[in-house]
Amino acid sequence: MAFWIASSPHNHMQSETSAIMRLVIYAALPGILAQWYFFGWGNLIHISLAIITALVAEFTVLSLREKKITPQLFDGSAILTAVLIGISLPAIAPWWISVIGAAFAIIIVKQLYGGLGHNPFNPAMAAYVMLLISFPLQMTSWQPPLELMALPLSFLDTLSVIISGFTIDGYSVEQLRMHVDGFTMATPLDTVKTNLTLGLTVNESMENPVIGNNFGIGWEWINAGFLLGGLFLLAKKAINWATPFSFLTSLFVCSLVAFLLSQDSNASTMFHWFNGACMLGAFFILTDPVSGATSIKGRLIFGALAGFLVFIIRKYGGYPDAVAFSVLLCNMAAPLIDQYTRPRTYGHNITNNAPKNTGNE
Amino acid sequence: MKFTDEYKELAWQGLWKNNPGLVQLLGLCPLLAVTSTLTNAIGLGLATLFVLICSNATVSAIRQWVPKEIRIPIFVLIIASFVTCVQLLMNAYTFGLYQSLGIFLPLIVTNCAIIGRAEAYASKNPVKQASFDGLMMGLGFLLVLMLLGAVREVLGQGTLFDGANLLLGDWANVLRIEVYQLDTQFLLVILPPGAFIVMGFFIAIKNVIDERIAQAKPKIVNQEISRVRVNFDEK
Repeated sequence: MAFWIASSPHNHMQSETSAIMRLVIYAALPGILAQWYFFGWGNLIHISLAIITALVAEFTVLSLREKKITPQLFDGSAILTAVLIGISLPAIAPWWISVIGAAFAIIIVKQLYGGLGHNPFNPAMAAYVMLLISFPLQMTSWQPPLELMALPLSFLDTLSVIISGFTIDGYSVEQLRMHVDGFTMATPLDTVKTNLTLGLTVNESMENPVIGNNFGIGWEWINAGFLLGGLFLLAKKAINWATPFSFLTSLFVCSLVAFLLSQDSNASTMFHWFNGACMLGAFFILTDPVSGATSIKGRLIFGALAGFLVFIIRKYGGYPDAVAFSVLLCNMAAPLIDQYTRPRTYGHNITNNAPKNTGNE
Repeated sequence: MKFTDEYKELAWQGLWKNNPGLVQLLGLCPLLAVTSTLTNAIGLGLATLFVLICSNATVSAIRQWVPKEIRIPIFVLIIASFVTCVQLLMNAYTFGLYQSLGIFLPLIVTNCAIIGRAEAYASKNPVKQASFDGLMMGLGFLLVLMLLGAVREVLGQGTLFDGANLLLGDWANVLRIEVYQLDTQFLLVILPPGAFIVMGFFIAIKNVIDERIAQAKPKIVNQEISRVRVNFDEK
């Protein structure tokens, strides 16, 4: 008779990796639906392209590394990475953008570092940053919301733009981005940023058609969708509350202080919350258990740092949105944060005159 | 017989086993910064090769008279004078390349591959061997630079020998090969991070090859041991 002495933790979460990954993908659906409703088929096409590439890349590397292929290929992590890449790309980017991005994320960022659980960076965001740095033109050609576009964009048109760069009627990406009045439209964040350099106040930027009635046509609903999905994940306890909470609070506080100091040069707090990749980053990317911090205290610091960085880069940086950059910077800081926020071992009490320096143990 | 063996060993060490780029990882700064095109890589590789041969020969020739305590400053002085020669020559004959290499040409002085060879080999061996060692180490470095430059140029802008006329004169425009047409450059490969990634792949490939060779070898080693045992038992 053998007595197994297992090491801690003794209380396991019973669900498997694949179940959690599936849950996260389901939770992203409201946001993806909003994206489809306001921006058309582009992101769905990119998501499927990225999933196919990611699976092929994962299969290739796993067979090269002589690992068990079926369980690792379908544990959902590669698919989730691909979905996140597909969501974050501009809808009318060419097809090879999502193919290169997904292949880079899986082969270099994930598998070369040792596969799931060993990657120091979030694969989807590392791939996004790689694409943004390598192909700045394609990665900043954001499609305006369908209702503002001068030209109609059907499913076949979108497919044709992604594959060949032109719609079926022969319109180019640049022409698609035109407003009815004949100027090229940018994202709300980009609009505000560019207008500030042109000497316009934020209030004047808010009258731009892409902003709509609230914070940005389409973008506010996409972020609301991801917020809804994130709350669902919180309710299911698939993610911890600490990171999203501290991230959103930190971004809120930073933008509130700036807004109170100067309303003309700073957008409102809710503008920051409901634009760009804010909610996607808060609930789906920063909560990545592999590349984030581990303890509650660590996660609070991790999220707060990310929120602060997002605000700083959005306000002073060269890029209009900053979630990907700040996620990567925080991934780098995560091991250090973990080092300084190691929870005390069970039974040790802080009041119990023990030496404060835990490193001495 | 012994003589050629020594040269063979030097060549093997310089080109493969102890390659300054892939194994010693020396001189990474120019290796990564300048190899965005094949032409730049060849230019810097040749300059380094020349400096390495000359400095090895000189260091070896004067090794009897150099006091141990101040050998490093003397080595640096010798290397710096040869680098100055190369720099002036390139400024005169290949001005375009001189400009595109920029600061990395004078920085050859600080290339640890060169001072490393001066310290580790040239200061202890006769002139002939030292020069040959410089040649082989320089060739090893040049080959890695060329490989890196070629891969990065093909991936990054889809060409080979772009701007070869800067190095070889106007006739070399013919050499430019367009491997495939790219509408947009793949900037990551051209920027330094791409150099790190490609370099990592090279080192990995070299390790795989070494492993394959090592896997093929042990059989012979085992046989030798068994023979020794048989002999031992017989006695």
